[in-house]
Amino acid sequence: MSDQLDTEPGGERIHDGDPSGTTDVATQRSLETPHSGGELETRFRDPGLPAHVYRHSDIDPKAAKRREREVATLFGLSTLGTLLFIVAYFAIKPNDTSGSELIDRVGLSTRLLGLGLGLALFCIGAGAIHWAKTLMPDDEIVTERKPMRSADEDREAAVEALKEGAAGAGLGRRKLIRNSLLGAMAPLGLLAIIPLRDLGPLPGDSLGETAWGPGKRLMSDPAGRPIKPEDVEIGGVVHVLPEGIEKSEHRLNEEAKATAILIRLAPEDLLAQRPDRKGWDVSGIVVYSKVCTHVGCPVGLYEQQTHHLLCPCHQSTFDVPRNCKVIFGPAHRALPQLKITTNADGYLVAAQDFQEPVGPSFWERGK
Amino acid sequence: MRHLSASLTAPRRALAALSRHRRRKVAPFLLLLVCLGVTGGAYTAFAPSPQAEAASGASVESIKDGRALFLRNCSSCHGLNSEGSSDAPSLIGVGAAAVDFQVSTGRMPAAADGAQVEAKRPEFTHAEVAALAAYIASLGPGPAIPDKDQLDYTNVDAAQGGAIYRTNCSMCHNFAGSGGALTHGKYAASLRGVSAKDMYEAMLTGPQSMPVFGDGTMRPRDKLEIIAYLKTIEAQSSPGGAALGKLGPVTEGAVGWIVGIGGLIGAAVWLGAKAR
Repeated sequence: MSDQLDTEPGGERIHDGDPSGTTDVATQRSLETPHSGGELETRFRDPGLPAHVYRHSDIDPKAAKRREREVATLFGLSTLGTLLFIVAYFAIKPNDTSGSELIDRVGLSTRLLGLGLGLALFCIGAGAIHWAKTLMPDDEIVTERKPMRSADEDREAAVEALKEGAAGAGLGRRKLIRNSLLGAMAPLGLLAIIPLRDLGPLPGDSLGETAWGPGKRLMSDPAGRPIKPEDVEIGGVVHVLPEGIEKSEHRLNEEAKATAILIRLAPEDLLAQRPDRKGWDVSGIVVYSKVCTHVGCPVGLYEQQTHHLLCPCHQSTFDVPRNCKVIFGPAHRALPQLKITTNADGYLVAAQDFQEPVGPSFWERGK
Repeated sequence: MRHLSASLTAPRRALAALSRHRRRKVAPFLLLLVCLGVTGGAYTAFAPSPQAEAASGASVESIKDGRALFLRNCSSCHGLNSEGSSDAPSLIGVGAAAVDFQVSTGRMPAAADGAQVEAKRPEFTHAEVAALAAYIASLGPGPAIPDKDQLDYTNVDAAQGGAIYRTNCSMCHNFAGSGGALTHGKYAASLRGVSAKDMYEAMLTGPQSMPVFGDGTMRPRDKLEIIAYLKTIEAQSSPGGAALGKLGPVTEGAVGWIVGIGGLIGAAVWLGAKAR
């Protein structure tokens, strides 16, 4: 038993308001602490540890009883959690069912098992901590730190052992071994550098060109059907990919670069477009790269009434009637436009590839 | 003077009694309840009951009725000949499907001028909507209201619908149809609980900010596949726990950080706090 509980610190002494009554070992120790530094001592005094504050459960047996019941309740809840786990485990058998009911059962089972397990473990922990904090002794105890330095004879023995080992290995005498070891270790760094080659090869022209090309039909994504101008209504939008892209060697890479959005505007909405882009549309149908020039998200939110094209990632906004000029957000360049025309069968085809690299900036872009 | 005040005593006493009661805290609520009850009762008694669905096929009669309804309810914005004005677009050639979508979902007549016209309780009965649609359809060719057979999505490929949805719709309406924000207060509506007919008509006509997905580029079967996909994921439960609105990583992250990390911080504070 701790002396604190033995002496039974009664409420009287605390209620008397006598601070010395509650002074314990810690406070006394702090008063004995030697001070160094003459000037400091006159201005600052080490206040030591604050006086020990007794808990309600130390003073009041009723409060202690209450805490005891709380701890027992937490442990009881843990038992309930365990029971819940066991009952849920045997009562809900997801494997008896199939389809969406199976999914429902799995969900219910997982939740109840988790709840039971969580309750069982958490309440044991919480109860133990509550017990330790409110009922177990809480005297402040000072333990001096042990010196880090080893004993002098141990230190000497260690140095002796090192010296003996070095002499035994003969590193100073056997120069061949020493030099060949150095020769083996120096090129080790290459092992870290050489695999960096796999970061390459440099992209070359591959970022500057896409699967679009003269005469390639515009196919709707994901259906893969060619499009005639009369199929698209004013205000209509089709996500398009170049014909035959599904057969390309690196299909996903090619799709990521070539993906484009086709929008049909009313002819009067195209009056504000750049003069050098005249003739890039087919009766109001314009096609733009769908890869944002900021960091390459798919620009797909088209507001039909304002003709704004939005990027979902950072809200870059492109004004379609003005050749997808940036009017808001972090993007800096307009979306590249794909010049389109119709072929002999009346299908929409690309007249040429994009005239600039699509998507975000990269080092080699300007070259 | 004294005589006058004496004659007023009785009513004054009654008033005093009333005001005493009025001062009770429940009184205003009771009064409000009574008023609401009376209003509601009167409304159900006098409001026109929804009439039977008008026969499809626009008769001259229904076009005439529709014109009358249009002139009374819509022409102040859309113009006497539906030619449109600075406040509202022309309705010539928008078709019956657009009218049916806008009016039967309560979006039109618009309640207020704002960023977006919102769905609300419809103002017109089925028959009135049909008459309005017939009138607008008579002004110029446009998409017709899909009939029940056209809306049968039971035997189509919902997985293919998911592919079409993710390419064409999910950027605005969210991957699970939860809807999402656009610019300046506009938004893409949530698609949960929306009828197949409303979704079909919306794709066909492109209401408000939404682009048009006409039959030329998105075939009727594609539309039904999208509807089947949305209805399928709407019916699915979420075995992983609370779906949090199926809004994606932002809500999940917010809840994870606030509830999860917050709970851990709370536990740490409790562990470190001295018991009293």
